[in-house]
Amino acid sequence: MSNWALIIYCGVITYLTRFSMIALIKKEMFNNRIRQVLSYVPSAIFPAIIFPAIFLDDSGSILIENNPKIMAALIAALIGIFSRSIIATIFSGLASYWFLIFVV
Amino acid sequence: MKSNLKVFLKGIIDVSPLMIPVIPFGLIFGVLSIDVGFSPLETMGMSLIVFGGASQIVLLQLFSGGASSLVIISSVGAVNSRHLLYGAVVSEHLSDLKLIWKIIISYFLIDQAYAISNEYLKKNKDQNRYFHLVGAGATCWVIWQSTTFLGIILGAAIPEKLGLSFAVPLTFLALLVNDFRKFINVIVIVVSGLVATLGYNYIPFKAYAIVAGLTGLLAAMILTRTVKKNE
Repeated sequence: MSNWALIIYCGVITYLTRFSMIALIKKEMFNNRIRQVLSYVPSAIFPAIIFPAIFLDDSGSILIENNPKIMAALIAALIGIFSRSIIATIFSGLASYWFLIFVV
Repeated sequence: MKSNLKVFLKGIIDVSPLMIPVIPFGLIFGVLSIDVGFSPLETMGMSLIVFGGASQIVLLQLFSGGASSLVIISSVGAVNSRHLLYGAVVSEHLSDLKLIWKIIISYFLIDQAYAISNEYLKKNKDQNRYFHLVGAGATCWVIWQSTTFLGIILGAAIPEKLGLSFAVPLTFLALLVNDFRKFINVIVIVVSGLVATLGYNYIPFKAYAIVAGLTGLLAAMILTRTVKKNE
């Protein structure tokens, strides 16, 4: 598949999830139980991007020792928990990462 | 009833604070997209056609990992399934609209616009209240397109040594800050993260994101049921 076809398909599927909710989905179609489970979608899917990017090296092997990303992500998570700020979380993580690789 | 323009402007003003984190997100996307091998035109096309931060980053991440198109597209679908939840909430406010407006608004319905306009829609019963959503969505659109463009240009100037790709997990981590305080969410996060990390090399077709997501949801189903029983 060409890059453009891939982009267009991803765009179509993204658009359809948005359109279906406005045009097709009625409130009655979701009972509270389904709604409750769907509210966990971000918690269920985002870690699949977060964890491998932190714990795996470029070749895809698990890297625990000498891995500044783990400490930086922990600091970012702690800052996030206390500040509840998206921007503070991102920048504290990047700042600690740079501190660990350039200064320490 | 306020004029359409006033409601539209109110949408712009209300959504503005939420735009601050979108700026680095868009820049990072632009930089990374060039980095993993998309052309500037394709990168811009992605932001115009897909117009969704999480979708686009997942696309890049799996593309650079060598996943097949089918896996990339279904993973993007999985990431977007959260939009179905918004549907249950927002659709009742928009049910009287003409189809053409539904088609237009759907394009602009991203997390930030949804979050902010849902509050407005709940409190307001004016016929033209959906202009708030259009204003909020259009603001996100302008920010997203311009930061993508800046990222493409800056990309070449940013040294690889900075490890800017680390900003991707950080951005997603940041989107979960409110979930870290909830017990069930934390368990779901850890389960999904472990499955993805340990399964990265073993789950075929790079479908680890889908497998991990489904495992996480299953954990959520079991946990919410158990917790309810104990209450």
